[in-house]
Amino acid sequence: MSKRYYASRRAQQLRAKVIVSIILFSGSIILIMPLWWMISTSLKSMEEIMQYPPTFYPHKVYWRNYVEAWNAAPFTRYTFNTLIICFFSVVGSVLSNSFVGYGFAKIRFRGRETLMNVVLSTMIIPGFVTLIPTYVLFSKLGWVNTYLPLTVPSFFGSTFFIFMFRQFYMTIPNELVEAAMIDGANHFYIWFKLMLPLVKPVLATVAIFSFNGAWNDLLGPLLYINDEMKYTLQIGLQNFRGLVQTQWHYLMAASTLVLLPVLILFFAFQRYFIEGMNLTAGTKG
Amino acid sequence: MGYVFILPWIIGFISFVLGPLLFSLYGSFTNYNITSRMEFVGFDNYIRMFTRDPLFWKSLYNTAYYVVFMVPLTTVGAIVLSVLLNQKVPCTRVYRTIYYMPSVLSGVAVYMLWMQLLNPQSGLVNTALRLIGIEGPAWLFDPAWTKPAIIFMKMWSVGGGMLLYLANLQSIPTQLYESAELDGANAWHRFRFITLPMITPVIFFDVVTSLIGGFQIFQEGYVMSQNGDGGPMHSLLFYNLHMWNKAFEVFDMGYAMGMAWILFIIVMILTALNMKFSKHWVYYEGGDGR
Repeated sequence: MSKRYYASRRAQQLRAKVIVSIILFSGSIILIMPLWWMISTSLKSMEEIMQYPPTFYPHKVYWRNYVEAWNAAPFTRYTFNTLIICFFSVVGSVLSNSFVGYGFAKIRFRGRETLMNVVLSTMIIPGFVTLIPTYVLFSKLGWVNTYLPLTVPSFFGSTFFIFMFRQFYMTIPNELVEAAMIDGANHFYIWFKLMLPLVKPVLATVAIFSFNGAWNDLLGPLLYINDEMKYTLQIGLQNFRGLVQTQWHYLMAASTLVLLPVLILFFAFQRYFIEGMNLTAGTKG
Repeated sequence: MGYVFILPWIIGFISFVLGPLLFSLYGSFTNYNITSRMEFVGFDNYIRMFTRDPLFWKSLYNTAYYVVFMVPLTTVGAIVLSVLLNQKVPCTRVYRTIYYMPSVLSGVAVYMLWMQLLNPQSGLVNTALRLIGIEGPAWLFDPAWTKPAIIFMKMWSVGGGMLLYLANLQSIPTQLYESAELDGANAWHRFRFITLPMITPVIFFDVVTSLIGGFQIFQEGYVMSQNGDGGPMHSLLFYNLHMWNKAFEVFDMGYAMGMAWILFIIVMILTALNMKFSKHWVYYEGGDGR
């Protein structure tokens, strides 16, 4: 019996694998299609877009759509502005969260657990509850129409990143810290010289996530930036839409250009995106 | 010493969380437009909200509609995907990359992309539907289809959650499956009695966070309804969008802060309910719940 049993089981497993493969393959085609459609539309002529039924790929490729879309609004300027904000957000997040995370993971002090619970519980506060008072605060400080409201908060830690750093520090043996202290090092030295090199993967993950966040942020710039020369890409794109309403080839060309850096970042640092997710999965229990 | 290290967080917490929280709680009982002094009006804002603002209810309904469909759909979608991607089939790494990719893309460009995809005439979605002989709806132009369109868009980026489950699936000991198989358990039994219980902590985490996130939907409505008016028949006027308009369009900030607190209370209640019921279905290995 056993020979036939195993043979039929193997056939069954093979069949299951084929079915799963087919599902996964068709699913991935469906998931990629939107991006294909975006790029294909961005390269079409206006006449081809108006054609009915629509075409799946451009019959004549118009690369100049990209140049024309880019020059129809000061996108170069917006990119520069966005990069400045991204830079300071990344520096702020990396420094503050690695620092605070170290405090929560490696230094014993009274009320540490309680405070960590406070950190975590702030996750349930909807952003809009603090949005209006924060706006009032920044406007009283005279920070409206500057990049300060968009960058300064990242220097004060964020729930999610603090948690990520803490989780990672906890996997590093305490003996390391204790040995360094016996050698006369203080916590600042240990954090900077000993720990930062060890938590490089988390630094990279946090840097990527905060870059991505700042790059895609619409709400912040929408609220705080009035001066057109200070606009970021997201607001620029949002206004550009109103400007060229139905000219889908320009809209899709501009969208492609704004998404491109994120896509490049994703393919270059995929590992860190996934690592960030795995650290999140460590929440269980 | 520890306090020195967490000082940045303490400062941030007081000035960006606790302070604003208290300010908005008090502010919700006042008439305030940022340039005026805060004039105490008692429960006036709250009474107005519940009795004289039909858009308050409309926006609450829109948001609830979105959450009710989005949370189960994305949760089940992510679980199914992660189980499929956990099978030993060729090219799983490539598939993982492809499925995860859309979830890192966000912002205005993605909304514009979807506005094009959902375009009734020239969009991909209706073009694809036509291939199989279905005439698709007008999506963002039809009040009955605007929210399904947004949920549809959300499903595109289900890969983020998928990765969360996948990390967990890979930590389930294979012996469990092997011994179950020897006992004659089929694929469904193995999923139902091994996989599912083992991933309940992640399901719990995922449901709680996407519920909280779902109630904060704003940008989708703001960008995809042209100029923040909420689209056809206010069908995309989400709660936060209504609040935004109250605060920054008509500067009725006391009212908006009241709305924010109602939202906060709703989210708190839902999270608490989740926590309470989690005891009955979330399984912690080696926990006391045996």
